[in-house]
Amino acid sequence: MTAAILAFERDFAEQRRRERLTFAIVTLVLVVLFLMTAEASNFFKITQVTLADGSRAERWVLGAGLPRLGEYLAKTIPDLNWATLGGDIAVWFARWRIWAELLLETVLIAFMATVLGVVGGFVLSFPAARNLAPNRWALWLSRRYLEIARTVPELVFALIFVFCFGVGPMAGVLAIGLHTAGALGKLYSEANENIDMRPLDGVKAAGGSWFDQIRYGVVPQVLPNILSYTLLRFEINVRASSIIGYVGAGGLGQEFRTAMSYQEYTDLSALFVIILVTVTVIDRASERLRHRVIGLEGRA
Amino acid sequence: MTKQTVSAHDITQAKALHPLAFRAPLKVRLRRIGLWVGFVGLFCWCLYDFGFSTQRIWEGLGRLGRVLSFMFPPHIWTEWREFSEILKGLSETLSMAFLGTLIAAVIALPLSLLGAKNINRLPFLRFGVRRGFDFIRAFETLILALIFIRAFGLGPLAGVLAIAVSDIGGFAKLYAEAIENTSKKPVEGVVASGGSRTQSIRFAVMPQVMPVLLSITLYNLESNVRSGTILGIVGAGGIGFLLADRIGAYRWDEAWSIIFLIIAMVYLIDWLSGLIRARFIGTWEGTR
Repeated sequence: MTAAILAFERDFAEQRRRERLTFAIVTLVLVVLFLMTAEASNFFKITQVTLADGSRAERWVLGAGLPRLGEYLAKTIPDLNWATLGGDIAVWFARWRIWAELLLETVLIAFMATVLGVVGGFVLSFPAARNLAPNRWALWLSRRYLEIARTVPELVFALIFVFCFGVGPMAGVLAIGLHTAGALGKLYSEANENIDMRPLDGVKAAGGSWFDQIRYGVVPQVLPNILSYTLLRFEINVRASSIIGYVGAGGLGQEFRTAMSYQEYTDLSALFVIILVTVTVIDRASERLRHRVIGLEGRA
Repeated sequence: MTKQTVSAHDITQAKALHPLAFRAPLKVRLRRIGLWVGFVGLFCWCLYDFGFSTQRIWEGLGRLGRVLSFMFPPHIWTEWREFSEILKGLSETLSMAFLGTLIAAVIALPLSLLGAKNINRLPFLRFGVRRGFDFIRAFETLILALIFIRAFGLGPLAGVLAIAVSDIGGFAKLYAEAIENTSKKPVEGVVASGGSRTQSIRFAVMPQVMPVLLSITLYNLESNVRSGTILGIVGAGGIGFLLADRIGAYRWDEAWSIIFLIIAMVYLIDWLSGLIRARFIGTWEGTR
């Protein structure tokens, strides 16, 4: 009896020792990495600031920047009075005609990019799925292509396409579409890998080709998943297309750049409100649509 | 024994008997056609509005082909001074992603306790905190970076803060959901043996959620390494600045090499985080 207790105590002590060691090592590594990255990103830099009485003093960069950040944000808040609310809002949104047009363009860029991405991702998701690939070369090639397309950010593609296709929404559509194809292709191919393979055998037994197997065996199974991923991606693309104009690829982003460089502070907050409202509305609508799609599948 | 096969006659007969088994009702069909027409119409109008003309696509593809041709042979930096600049940019991007994620995780952990249903029992406060998470998440990282550049100057610090602030909301939300999904039984065990509420969080909730929190954090680290590239394009430090600079100067061969290095870096980080995942999430499930 005592021997068993002793053995337990010994194992317990050993276990505790190992956990403490792991904890110590992980903490040490994190602290070292923190110090290294903080050094690389000027986290502990000391800068000079001008005090209120005009003298210069040395301050920690974060402490020195925070008041400036507050000042900047305070400047973006528009002058709204309750008595003249209507007029104040009209002044705040004085450029609403241009913004409404660009907002429509932003949403349409997201729409087109999602369509292009869905087409590209859908076509490539079948060769990129381990259980469906016709041969190993197709699997390897399509997987690498999708990986590269989703690793490079949209903004980098946008820089390249703005050079090739000129300034305008076309470059944005192609850039976001290419990135979307990479991201969606991966999600779709994962959905394809989780299917039931028996319907495929049925189609094959009835003499169906590879395309017939995909069309009648796979697509009906993955369609609800695909729809749900697509709507989710549309929400992400609206966010992406609202900033892609920063490099000249169409949409509201170019207004951000103009407002920043002309120091139109209140325009910035107005643009932010517009994007926040649009993104929220689209998120809510697509969430409801998604739940309906999933609900339909549950009932069937 | 008679031979039984379905003839064309049988099929037409079955169609006449049960038309709904072969075709959707008229109302559904009309709605479907309407949706498709609307969809295709919108797409075509976009094509027209955005100026997708054959000539423009053709010219663009030609230019794209020329740009792509600079990929081969890839540019190799022979001078150490130039190459060390690229390496510094890459390490800056990595540092920004790591530090931003770390700061966001450290700040988000206590906030997530406030947002979790089974720890914060005051619905009013909990909803307030949760709306706060949503509000923070609405800020785009790039826009935050633009604002932080005004306050902290050009450089990686603005990028670190942009990543940290935009991730706090997402982390706090995901952490809170993970905490809500824990089992209540260990908590009851700790309380039954006389533990306080703090102790029940420390010894019953935390061991359950740690692997999930680690997994969420690693996933965001990976995605921040990817998106950290673009912060440099607006001047918030990292490799993106060098990339935008090379593209702006039409030095495509160098630009492609930088893109390849970025892809290699992302692969490396994904691989490392896969190792960490296998090591910690595997063992923690086993021993605790």
